[in-house]
Amino acid sequence: MSGNRVHSGTGENTVAGAGSASTRAGDAVRSAVTSPASRMAALARAELTLLGRSRSTLLSAVLMPLALPFSFRPLIDDMDVQDVGLTTGLVLLPAAIGFSLLFGVYSALTAIYTVRREELVLKRLRTGELRDTEILGGTALPVLVTGLVQSLVLVAASTAVLDMPAPKAPQLAVLGLLLGLALCAALGALTAALTRTVESAQVTPLPFVLASMMGSGVTVPLEMLPDRVASICELLPLSPAITLVRGGWTGDLSAYEALGPISTGLAWTVLAVFAVRRWFRWEPRR
Amino acid sequence: MDTNEHVIEVTGLRRVYGGGFEAVRGISFHVERGEIFALLGTNGAGKTSTVELLEGLARPDAGRLRVLGHDPYTERAAVRPRTGVMLQEGGFPSELTVAETARMWGGCVSGARPVGEALALVGLAGRADVRVKQLSGGERRRLDLALALLGDPEVLFLDEPTTGLDAEGRRDTWDLVRALRASGTTVLLTTHYLEEAEQLADRLAILHQGRIAASGTPTEVTAAQPSRILFELPEGYFVGDLPPLGELGVCGHEVEGRVVRLRTRELQRTATALLVWAERARVELRGLDVRSASLEEAFLGIAREASERTKTEGAAA
Repeated sequence: MSGNRVHSGTGENTVAGAGSASTRAGDAVRSAVTSPASRMAALARAELTLLGRSRSTLLSAVLMPLALPFSFRPLIDDMDVQDVGLTTGLVLLPAAIGFSLLFGVYSALTAIYTVRREELVLKRLRTGELRDTEILGGTALPVLVTGLVQSLVLVAASTAVLDMPAPKAPQLAVLGLLLGLALCAALGALTAALTRTVESAQVTPLPFVLASMMGSGVTVPLEMLPDRVASICELLPLSPAITLVRGGWTGDLSAYEALGPISTGLAWTVLAVFAVRRWFRWEPRR
Repeated sequence: MDTNEHVIEVTGLRRVYGGGFEAVRGISFHVERGEIFALLGTNGAGKTSTVELLEGLARPDAGRLRVLGHDPYTERAAVRPRTGVMLQEGGFPSELTVAETARMWGGCVSGARPVGEALALVGLAGRADVRVKQLSGGERRRLDLALALLGDPEVLFLDEPTTGLDAEGRRDTWDLVRALRASGTTVLLTTHYLEEAEQLADRLAILHQGRIAASGTPTEVTAAQPSRILFELPEGYFVGDLPPLGELGVCGHEVEGRVVRLRTRELQRTATALLVWAERARVELRGLDVRSASLEEAFLGIAREASERTKTEGAAA
């Protein structure tokens, strides 16, 4: 027997009380064989619909990262950023992208994965053709695209409002952003694994969010920290993304200097992905 | 292809949970193509733990498991496009509508039938635009069934498919499952409703504390159990006043107050002898209840025997 079923297409088997629908349909109306891309697209579409329906996620993940950084502007104007060779824009834009990664991607995904697990959605999805990575990827896709779009909007806004020049090394900025997105998605899944209830998903992302805001150059550029502190902070998970984005605009990073943050960022991302594969929880604890 | 091909084959299956609890303790059975096979058992008997292994959601701790000739856990890609699964509790995002949920699933199933058709199969066509969170428990079960049927699976796993359904919904589901069998689908279902197993199953296995206590066709399982006779002893009579029970064909008896329960494999002989005795003694057997073995009797009997055995084993150890 081949892998395909033989369909009679006659629809003789009708179901009492359930109308006249047949239990066997003709091949003509059947969907095609699925692929990883088509399955993830179907899942991502549903997640996008859900994102649009969740007012709290929209507010905290979409609007806040766009609005928050600009409220810091007076504060940054007061910092002596010129002393370390930066401008307000060069502090504000990486900060804004950092907020977008931390709130728009990382915290949002922690909540989404937790909710889907507790609703038994993840378990149900695992009974189908989707592979585990497709489930995680498809679920994250709308949030990742939102994060990417946010960053582009922020770049456009900074350019218009803060007279930001064009980036001198855009490839580094792009690389930093992509690294940040991948890392925040994996860490979101990992944090969800440590989150027991939907309610606690409001709290569990905070340690990484606060640590990154303080130590990864989001609120205070690493250039402004004492050297010894800065060299430790450079090793934090989100630091490479922010360093690369800022370096992409200033053009201060030589190819050699960029290697450090790139390898740190890659190492954290690989580590996080490995940890997710090892520890991710697909079902609620009983 | 052999029509008697074993679509599901299970040998010596074990599942141990993290805390050391052994939910499945070495069970073996097979399901043939086009058959409805029921796993029957009380809550905690190991039904869901077994089905989850068959669905490939977890790796067994011991034993061999084949679904359509493949290991459902390690050869997921080969098995999943040919199976449909309905979990004990449906997992659907509460904010999606019925149609959106079905569309999402349709996008993840090879050869999916159209959404409208799938919903019509379970009588949910009129609820397409309702959010999942607003569905009743029974409607959610039916949505789950519709999704399990989306890909027209060769093998269908139904974990307590009618729990929470009203009588009519249950009958509709039974009709649907029978129609699926008629079109060649192999169905493995779990249930704690004896009537459901009696109505649907070609063969069944009764699970008790992670082991198979009995298996076969409903008739075979029932036939292996004794029939029973229940009556109240007349005033002033004792069990010893009855004719010798061995001569009546009685294979077991219990007395609770004045109520006597006899078990027999020769119901007609035992009943006749008892009634002749009562007639001659001119006494009335109040509350007389003569019943041939039903699946329910079998089920209760097996549970009783099994727990007695566990007790004796525990005492011996």
